[in-house]
Amino acid sequence: MCSLPIPLEPLCRVAVTGGTHGNEMSGVYLARHWLRAPGELQRPSFSAVPVLANPAATAVCRRHIGRDLNRTFTNTFLTSKPTPDEPYEVTRARELNQLLGPKNSSQAFDFLLDLHNTTANMGTCFILNVTDIFAMHLCHRLQLQHSEPRPRVVVFKLSQEETFSIDSVAKHGMTIELGPQPQGVLQANLFSRMRSLVASTLDLIELFNQGTAFPAFEMEVYRFLSCTDFPHTEDGDLAGMVHPQLQDQDFEPLQPGAPIFQMFSGEDVLYEGDSTVYPVFINEAAYYEKNIAFMKTEKVTVSIPALPVLSPAPAH
Amino acid sequence: MIPPHSKKNFITHSRYICTVYMRKTERRNRQSRKQTNTPGKMTGKPIKKIAIFGGTHGNELTGVFLVKHWLQDGAEIQRTGLEVKPFITNPRAVKKCMRYIDCDLNRVFDLENLGKKISEDLPYEVRRAQEINHLFGPKDSKGSYDIIFDLHNTTSNMGCTLILEDSKNDFLIQMFHYIKTSLAPLPCYIYLIEHPSLKYATTRSIAKYPVGIEVGPQPQGVLRADILDQMRKMIKHALDFIHHFNEGKEFPPCTTEAYKIMEKVDFPRNENGEISAIIHPNLQMKPQSQLRGPHSGKTGGRKEPSPFTQMAAYLLWTCMCVEKAVCPCSAPHKAKYIILTSSPKAQDLLLSF
Repeated sequence: MCSLPIPLEPLCRVAVTGGTHGNEMSGVYLARHWLRAPGELQRPSFSAVPVLANPAATAVCRRHIGRDLNRTFTNTFLTSKPTPDEPYEVTRARELNQLLGPKNSSQAFDFLLDLHNTTANMGTCFILNVTDIFAMHLCHRLQLQHSEPRPRVVVFKLSQEETFSIDSVAKHGMTIELGPQPQGVLQANLFSRMRSLVASTLDLIELFNQGTAFPAFEMEVYRFLSCTDFPHTEDGDLAGMVHPQLQDQDFEPLQPGAPIFQMFSGEDVLYEGDSTVYPVFINEAAYYEKNIAFMKTEKVTVSIPALPVLSPAPAH
Repeated sequence: MIPPHSKKNFITHSRYICTVYMRKTERRNRQSRKQTNTPGKMTGKPIKKIAIFGGTHGNELTGVFLVKHWLQDGAEIQRTGLEVKPFITNPRAVKKCMRYIDCDLNRVFDLENLGKKISEDLPYEVRRAQEINHLFGPKDSKGSYDIIFDLHNTTSNMGCTLILEDSKNDFLIQMFHYIKTSLAPLPCYIYLIEHPSLKYATTRSIAKYPVGIEVGPQPQGVLRADILDQMRKMIKHALDFIHHFNEGKEFPPCTTEAYKIMEKVDFPRNENGEISAIIHPNLQMKPQSQLRGPHSGKTGGRKEPSPFTQMAAYLLWTCMCVEKAVCPCSAPHKAKYIILTSSPKAQDLLLSF
């Protein structure tokens, strides 16, 4: 098992991926910019490599060509035999696994930062696996440094066998998700904010490499529970919309009995869960194809142990 | 697996994706009936045949879902004496939730495309345009539908917008004035696209009275309940107006503000045709509904956007539909897109990378 939760050496091989979804423009344009002018990604002890993860989807400004690239980094897909009619993203995932992995091996990149946008009103959000202690430290520090808007941290708890996203190829990784921004649209404020968050992330990795202490801490996070589907007719057509009272209320508490859908026929559908949940990705455009109206999370406090203090890394 | 939109097409067509800047203009409406095609109050022909189009762009979902709903249950859109037909214009694009399959349906209703010989080689949207012209036209003929409402969404912050193609169309100006007044205090803007070269051959142009309805901001591929409610209200007031008109109600002379298209502004581009600067954050206005959330410190009711901000909103309207490919059926418009480099305001608009 090569992906330890805690790095014991400086992180030297770092990648920043944009365009994992070809119509999420902050990452697309940042990646394109850095591919022409990578200076911004250099630090004394490492240089981060920019990657345009899904060039074919980016070229046509679509989320994907055949299948969602960010669901294709499972061991099954990565070790599958190539076939001539496989989806483009399966071929591409294998290429990226060669470039940045192989996943679960000692040669894999140390850290991968994946850049995304959402049409949902999620502000600044970090998404990661709660078992990645190093990435949790970065999120904590980023939260302290960037306050307008205050970043939220969404965590999944997945074993190595279950992980599927591009950031799981490296030993450590996380996603920066900024919204709301329509697909195919580039907004300057989110672009600047994404650029600044990437810079801060690389600065923190540099600090770690230089032997800075990262002591233990506690942090409030939103832990993924489950997805809620849109209501559908028997024919598979949408039967209602996200209720106006739920629209744009990402990370706000959703109580049992509160309205969640407004049907075309006029009536409201109420949330029937047992407890308060915190919905995210409310009415995300990309999730219509997956039939997901929103994801439910619970607010929990996690305790994260300290990172080992490294002896300072030499400049590279 | 790679779709037919080649890189070359993407770059070439990106130059066509231009953005607009507008100036407010006063419009004085004369009640004079000297204009042709204006139905008389009592003695002229009443309005009879109306169509409501959704899905002209397959990923602009409000119109798609309203039309689908009305096809199931059309009670809401019925008025005595009127035949109101809801219709999905680009079903293949709707199915794929894309703006279009081969080319923009809302640009191919010119007589040249409508008259082309039918063949499998024609882009899907041109073939579809010809079908629609048979059903609701023919364009410029006596038999064409009286009014077509074409329902659209925009990602830009344009609120409720009514699109007018002819500044001399008294009937539509009265209708728009009525809709605006009925919607108040919800703002409703009139956008006049009458321009010798920038006017385009819209789906609705086959009717005697074409009406564009544009509501935003809404991301492509997303259905927002609040936006749907606004568009629904616009249609309701429009149909009420027509009903009142047919019943002989008086509509005294009125004056209404409109925003008239002047020219379009493209993004600066690098040698590969990729955009190299983006709209300045000062110009980009946050959608009001999202300002109520936890992610900004702003509160308060909807602010009326200034014309300059409206310009910005329209700057974004068509600019990022980057999945558009070159369409051989597009109107020859390459020379008509003007870059406003001499305008100081345009310089301020852009934030370089």
